[in-house]
Amino acid sequence: MIRVVLPPHLRTLARVDGDVELEVNATVTQRSILDELENRYPMLRGTMRDHVTKLRRPLVRFFVCGEDLSHESPDAPLPQAIAEGSEPFVIIGAIAGG
Amino acid sequence: MSKVRVLVGTRKGAFILTADGARKRWKVKGPHFAGWEIYHVKGSAADPNRIYASQTSGWFGQIIQRSDDGGKKWSTPGSSAEELQSPDGMPKGESNKFVYDGIPGTHQWYDGTQHPWEFKRVWHLEPSLNDPEHVYAGVEDAALFESRDGGKSWNELSGLRKHDTGPKWQPGAGGMCLHTILLDPQDPRRIYIAISAAGAFRTDDAGQTWKPINHGLHSQYIPDPTAEVGHCVHRIAMHPSRPDTLFMQKHWDVMRSDDGGDSWREVSGNLPSDFGFPIDVHAHEPETIYVVPIKSDSEHYPPNSRLRVYRSRTGGNEWEALTKGLPQRNCYVNVLRDAMCVDSLEPCGIYFGTTGGQVYGSADGGDSWKPIVRDLPAVLSVEVQTLP
Repeated sequence: MIRVVLPPHLRTLARVDGDVELEVNATVTQRSILDELENRYPMLRGTMRDHVTKLRRPLVRFFVCGEDLSHESPDAPLPQAIAEGSEPFVIIGAIAGG
Repeated sequence: MSKVRVLVGTRKGAFILTADGARKRWKVKGPHFAGWEIYHVKGSAADPNRIYASQTSGWFGQIIQRSDDGGKKWSTPGSSAEELQSPDGMPKGESNKFVYDGIPGTHQWYDGTQHPWEFKRVWHLEPSLNDPEHVYAGVEDAALFESRDGGKSWNELSGLRKHDTGPKWQPGAGGMCLHTILLDPQDPRRIYIAISAAGAFRTDDAGQTWKPINHGLHSQYIPDPTAEVGHCVHRIAMHPSRPDTLFMQKHWDVMRSDDGGDSWREVSGNLPSDFGFPIDVHAHEPETIYVVPIKSDSEHYPPNSRLRVYRSRTGGNEWEALTKGLPQRNCYVNVLRDAMCVDSLEPCGIYFGTTGGQVYGSADGGDSWKPIVRDLPAVLSVEVQTLP
C-alpha cells in the first residue's frame, strides 16, 4: 500500500481527508503513482501535471524520504520505503507567495 | 416575489449574495472554493439552477466547477462521486482539459518576438441562451472553447485563433485573454468576442470563421493606431433587443457601433477619464449605459479618489456622475472588466465589485448605491441572476 500526501487544496478537490492509500500494480515510480492517483480521483487530472505532455506543473513538487525528486525522471523506481508505505509520497505546492 | 442571486468571483473564492426583489436585505454565502482564484461564475439563462464557475490557481491550474441546484452543491463535471460509480466506466476527468486544436502556433510577445500559445486559465464562461449543457469558455492565451456536455469536455473553435492576424495578437498587462463573449439572441450563428490586446471579432457561422471588427478604433499606444488588430478592448456590452448596437470600453475611449461592429465611433463625451474596464446596458433602456472611469492605465483607481459610476441615457457622449452611496474621498479601488452587471427587475438593478472587496448594488438604476458586502477578497467578476 502506497501512501500519498496531497496538498490541502487538492485534498479538498478530491474530497479526501488525510493521506490517500493506493495500490500500484507496476514498478513504483512517480509516473505509476500519479497514474493511479488520477485514475482514482479523475478531478485531479491536470492539477499536478499536464493532461497531454504529462510534465509536472512548475509550482508542484514531489518529495520522497525528505528529498525533492521533482527533477528526477518520472520513470525512475522510487525507494522501497515508498513501495512499502512506510514513507509517504508527498506532493506539495511550492511556497511562492499568493 | 422575484429574487436576485449575485454570483461573485474573487481572488480567494466565490460568494453568492441573495435577496428578494426589494434588494434591501442580503444573505452572503461562501467562500466556495476557498483560496482559489475564481475568475468568473455565471448561470444559464435556460436553467438558472445550472451555474458554471472558473476556478484557477498558479499552482494547480484550471478547474471547472458546476452546480445544478443554484449554487448549493458543486462538482467538477464528469468526476462527481456519483459518476465514479457509473456503469459506463471510469469518468474521464477532462472538464479542465483545454487543449488547443492542432499545432498552437505563436503570437506576438511583449518584446515583439513570437511566443507560443500556452493555455493558462479560463477568464469567462458564457452559457448558451437555450441549452444548459452548452457553454463557451474564453481563455488565456486567447482562444474560444465550447462544451456541449455540461462542461465535461471542451473543444476549441479554432477558426478564431487560426485567423490570419493571430501572429499579431499580443498580451495586455493582464495577459492575452479572451474576456468577452456576446451571443446574439436573434441569430444563434452570430457571436462577438473581445481579446486584450487583439480587439473585437465576430462570427456569423457559429464560430467556424471570424472577422476582426475594429474599424474606427484608434489606439495611440500601438505602432499603427488604426491597425486591423492590436487594440486593447476591455469590454463590450449589448442590449438583447438591439444586438447590432454594441458599446465598448476600450483601454482608453468608450466606443459605440450600430452595425454589428463593422464600424465604431467614440462616445466618451464628458467623462472625466475614458479609461476603464466594465461597461453595461440598462435592462429596459437600450440607450442607457454605465461605465466606471478610472484615472489612467498606470493609476488603476478613480479620478480624484472618488468612486463614481457614470450613466449616459443617450447611448453615450452625455454622461452624469452617480455618486449617492459611493465613497467620494480616499477611494483607490479598481473595478475589473467582468465585475459589473444588471438585473432585469423593475427598476433595473446594477451591481459592481471592486478590487477592495466591496460589492455595491443599486436598486434604482444607479441613482443610489449601497454596499451589499464590504470586505471580500479582491473582486474579479460579478454576475446576477433574476429569479422568479
